[in-house]
Amino acid sequence: MSNTSTSAHTEDPKHPPVAVDPDIIEANDRRWTPLKIAVWVVIALLGGLSWVMLAVVRGETVNAIWFVFAAVCTYFIGYRFYSKYIEKHLLKPDDRRATPAEYKADGKDFAATDRRVLYGHHFAAIAGAGPLVGPVLAAQMGYLPGTIWIIVGVVLAGAVQDYLVMFFSMRRGGRSLGQMARDELGRVGGTAAIVATLTIMVIIVAILALVVVNALAESPWGVFSVSMTIPIALFMGCYLRFFRPGKVTEVSIIGFVLLLAAIIGGGAVADTEWGVALFTIDKVPLAIGIIVYGFIAAILPVWLLLAPRDYLSTFMKIGTILMLALAIVVVRPEIFAPAVSEFASTGAGPVVSGTLFPFLFVTIACGALSGFHALIASGTTPKLIEKERQTRFIGYGGMLMESFVAIMALVAALSIDRGIYFAMNASAAATGGTIEGAVAFVNGLGLSGVNLTPEMLSQTAADVGEETIVSRTGGAPTLAVGLAHIMQQLIGGSGLMAFWYHFAIMFEALFILTAVDAGTRVARFMLQDTIGNVIPKFKNTSWRVGAWIATAIMVAAWGAILLMGVTDPLGGINTLFPLFGIANQLLAAIALAVCMAIIAKRGYFRFLWIVALPLAFAAVVTISASFLKIFSPVPAIGYFAQNAAFRQALADGETSFGTAPTVEAMNAVVRNTLVQGVLSILFVTLAIIVIVTAVLATIRAARRGSNESSEDPFVESRIFAPAGLVATPPEKELQAQWDALPTPPKRGGHG
Amino acid sequence: MRLAEVARGVRWYVRGVMGEDAYDKYLEHARGQHEGAQVMTEREFWRDRTDRQDANPEGRCC
Repeated sequence: MSNTSTSAHTEDPKHPPVAVDPDIIEANDRRWTPLKIAVWVVIALLGGLSWVMLAVVRGETVNAIWFVFAAVCTYFIGYRFYSKYIEKHLLKPDDRRATPAEYKADGKDFAATDRRVLYGHHFAAIAGAGPLVGPVLAAQMGYLPGTIWIIVGVVLAGAVQDYLVMFFSMRRGGRSLGQMARDELGRVGGTAAIVATLTIMVIIVAILALVVVNALAESPWGVFSVSMTIPIALFMGCYLRFFRPGKVTEVSIIGFVLLLAAIIGGGAVADTEWGVALFTIDKVPLAIGIIVYGFIAAILPVWLLLAPRDYLSTFMKIGTILMLALAIVVVRPEIFAPAVSEFASTGAGPVVSGTLFPFLFVTIACGALSGFHALIASGTTPKLIEKERQTRFIGYGGMLMESFVAIMALVAALSIDRGIYFAMNASAAATGGTIEGAVAFVNGLGLSGVNLTPEMLSQTAADVGEETIVSRTGGAPTLAVGLAHIMQQLIGGSGLMAFWYHFAIMFEALFILTAVDAGTRVARFMLQDTIGNVIPKFKNTSWRVGAWIATAIMVAAWGAILLMGVTDPLGGINTLFPLFGIANQLLAAIALAVCMAIIAKRGYFRFLWIVALPLAFAAVVTISASFLKIFSPVPAIGYFAQNAAFRQALADGETSFGTAPTVEAMNAVVRNTLVQGVLSILFVTLAIIVIVTAVLATIRAARRGSNESSEDPFVESRIFAPAGLVATPPEKELQAQWDALPTPPKRGGHG
Repeated sequence: MRLAEVARGVRWYVRGVMGEDAYDKYLEHARGQHEGAQVMTEREFWRDRTDRQDANPEGRCC
């Protein structure tokens, strides 16, 4: 029956149809068998029950399993109904149309890839440290606001952004977000988008590096095992280059075993006197080490360091996430935190200051809506997609998985004692960095049910093999304690807690170092392209001197912000993290604005709200957060208010003020807040320019009633593949016809 | 028999996600091209791949 194609284009008679007839797809979607109805009723009821358990039932504790059910059931419903709605009304993919992987096939960058493989690929590319860190910091507001934003945000905003950007890039031969911005928004909007992307990249690299520094400072075990990743990666690189090219899985397994050895060895090294003497490093030298490392890593050839570390981090990422999911389902930890804490409304939280709106939404950036994904979803992945209709599974579905990672990170952070959580995440400026100071500070917060004792802190530190856990800000150590707490109940008991803690630290440091290296490289190319407009020689990216100069500039830019965060008398993470979140959400707003302009030019005004809704929300959140950071008169929130307060204190001749004990520290605060404030102004200005140009492009398209398109021309497809994870009955029927062909068709290539 | 199938499936998937099958895909593509076209050896292919990554960096997510 699928032979009766309604195609307007002539079908090649030599092979079966390349797409299931749209009418048949529609009929299949609308055929509700009793079993199908029963399954969806169960999903809906279970999801509803879980939300009731989380949001309405108020017991002493809430079990982590309800987070898992609420998330998974909501994802299923969002995927089956909302993403399908977007597919049907807004994107209208056409499987008769060849994808870039088919019509531009070169066997290298453009290569049709099985949808299930590409899903894993894409997920590994979008998941990093962001979804692990943000939810941990947001846990100070209680479990409910973060949970709602991660789950609802992904369904209505984050997954929509990833899906749209991926689809539009695929229809344009895999063009990047920057190129699409220039095409759709013109010179002003396009340039603003590119400058914004570059500066956002710098701030993101800086703050990720700050997370690593905070996790490794004064931890000989961590420093040893994480620095061992460098020789391990170099070894893997040489192995692949000279000994066994292409044996990626083999070398990854070898690397993974060496990594485990480095973690276990780190424990032994940290027990020796020389180990402690050699690997206990303060924050400032550690930050300088990462800056030097970042420069060298970014100029070394990819095969030597970046490629092998990429394999290692993909391996670790997928493995650890599956393991953590299993552990949460099996262990089902109890959560003691309140649904909504007092900090949500007072904004006086010690982890990150500011009230729930808008600061929750910038703290949990990745996991609900991540602008950075737009850079991945336009670029590598669209060049590998086999069939157009697969973008829903890969783009929308891939982001749902990332959201689930964020939920697991939230659960892990919430499963540890709240007193310990605050002792770890309040800045050293608040706790003094001592156990006594932390106990006094946390108990002084007046939180109900929190009664921290010095023994709890020293015992936890001893359990995880660290000297101290006080003021280990940045989210990574907290997540590591949470993960260790959950994993030891599954494997190994409390004796293995230190191992799991350092496993988690290693796992996060590995992603972050890869992101630092890759981010510096991308930023260097963008900078060279920009300088090249003035000094043409810089356009040649293989010119060594130019490459080194551009790399040095980019490293200096993020290195300066990193050092500023490390030496910040106000704490570091609590002042800088909002900039990270704002930057990421602004990038999301830019990506959504570009998508809106494209949709308007296609003439689909009735469904413009699908993208206008998340765009409006992201714009309101980030612009209001930026404005608060710029204009708020409260020193803890407004950068310039803080700046003015410290300048006033200096003018009054004070020698210490707030958490700054010396005049030097007070001067540092004045300097830091000025830089942070100026960066906020820059980001918000660029984002407003992009959003305004996108709105203007949308209005122009509406006036003209235009139907123009910047898509690549239609090329007839000659291959078939199912769209979703599991083939539908009509797809199976068609697949059987293809399988029956005497010679299997080539995957891509019209040569 | 059933177990062997599962093992094959797992191997196929892991190779795919790690990108290990890139050379196989390249060969399949290259063989379909015109006769006499240059086909890289496995070693050449992997060198070319990382060299192209040097010239076209891709960001990683935060």
